[in-house]
Amino acid sequence: MEAIYGILETILPFEFMEYAFMKNAFLAIILISPIFAILGTMIVNNKMAFFSDALGHSALTGIAIGMVLGISNMNISMIFFAIVFALLLNFVKNKTNYGADTIISVFSSIAIALGLAMLAQSGNFNKYSSYLVGDILSISNSEILYLLFAFIAVGVFWYFTFNKLHVTSINSTLAKSRGINTKLIDNIFVVLIAIIVMISIRWIGILLINSLLILPAASSRNVAKNMRSYHFISVLFSLFSGITGLIMSYYWNIPTGPMIVLISGIIYFITFGLKKVVKE
Amino acid sequence: MEQSAACGLHCTKINHIGVKFGKEVILKDVNIHIHCGQLTVIIGRNGAGKSTLLKAILGEVEHTGNITFMDMKENVAKKIKIGYVPQSINIERHMPTTVYDLFASCICHIPVFLKKDKKIYQEIKNQLKLFGAERLIDKSIGDLSGGELQRVLLSIATKPVPNLLILDEPVSGIDKNGTRDFYELVNNLKAKYDMSILLVSHDLELVRKYADRVILLDKEVMKEGTPEEVFKSKEFRERFE
Repeated sequence: MEAIYGILETILPFEFMEYAFMKNAFLAIILISPIFAILGTMIVNNKMAFFSDALGHSALTGIAIGMVLGISNMNISMIFFAIVFALLLNFVKNKTNYGADTIISVFSSIAIALGLAMLAQSGNFNKYSSYLVGDILSISNSEILYLLFAFIAVGVFWYFTFNKLHVTSINSTLAKSRGINTKLIDNIFVVLIAIIVMISIRWIGILLINSLLILPAASSRNVAKNMRSYHFISVLFSLFSGITGLIMSYYWNIPTGPMIVLISGIIYFITFGLKKVVKE
Repeated sequence: MEQSAACGLHCTKINHIGVKFGKEVILKDVNIHIHCGQLTVIIGRNGAGKSTLLKAILGEVEHTGNITFMDMKENVAKKIKIGYVPQSINIERHMPTTVYDLFASCICHIPVFLKKDKKIYQEIKNQLKLFGAERLIDKSIGDLSGGELQRVLLSIATKPVPNLLILDEPVSGIDKNGTRDFYELVNNLKAKYDMSILLVSHDLELVRKYADRVILLDKEVMKEGTPEEVFKSKEFRERFE
């Protein structure tokens, strides 16, 4: 870790880099941003923005269940519950032919209500209210290591399954005719989103996590012309807003999460304006 | 019989296909034999189960019964290769998926977000050329016209050349001439390759002209035979007149 800190200080000899918490946050952002940017491209293509939002909300229930069961590591109960939630949601969504948004909304509301009720009843709500907004400045060394594993896992998964996911998102029957196990691949995808969202939620917050998944990809989609530029630009936007958000939050004394999302939002509207120019 | 690449000795058998959604019976004991070199067309009213039958054949919906593929030259059952042309795709205008991106995703494992493979690019271009669509390779799929999209989807479905080509004819986005072109393309395929073709159609006039065999479906096979036979039948008149 010391070696990495040394490198960071050499490359970025600024005041904010003197603090260990800023270095950690910086590293976390460099790892989280590309993951979110890449997963986001497919979430946006599949019109799953609402789905990932609901998934984020399920974190509250995950925490509450973990507390009731007396699990000391909240990450475990959150991840476990989110996986069950994601698979259940996928199952119900595939069973009905209409109104996926309605079903997702029902699930999402129940997850929030259940989580809030259970936390409030046990008098623990204040203790966990920090999950709502998150705090990337409190990330520790070992937690950065988890993010590194997640980073590698997503990279490997994306390398081997992207083409299959891509065909499935365009037409699932076409994918089936090419011998792709569409249900399996779709389930693995949502489980992966569930895990990534849950391990990042303490740093980003339940309220904002979805914007990190959606905004860079949605902005990139406005200007990208093919799959390569779509991914590249999405990662670029995500890293840019993450790093500048962190630095600006330090100097302006604004929470980091909201700052990052605000910058992503501005980028979205700029690309939205550029859309006509680039694509026509 | 006209000069053709098909040998007529391959037979795809669709045996006792049944599909239920909950308690509702969608398809009941559907049996169809399709021979290579023939264009078999399925017709029927809305809700007759046409698209569901295609999905059952492709294994996307749960069903009873099975599909076998026989090579009568060697008299052995073989694993069937199916090509599929969907009715529509989940694409919006300006989506950053080019024809190359979709095609390469279907035929190779090199992730398309990483790089454009020169060899694959050339392969795809050659295949598109057979359908007069090679200039579309770098266009966004969302920006193609209905007819262009059909050509692209057909060229994907026929690489590699399948034993059974399944087509769900588009109902929207294509004008009368476009539909005729589509049938011409299918007709050429029939002559050029050794494959069976199964088409779900909504255009009875063109069916009369191009189909070798017609199957009238209404949850089960009501009538099958040459276009003349089916169109003159009582079952057909009950449903379409």
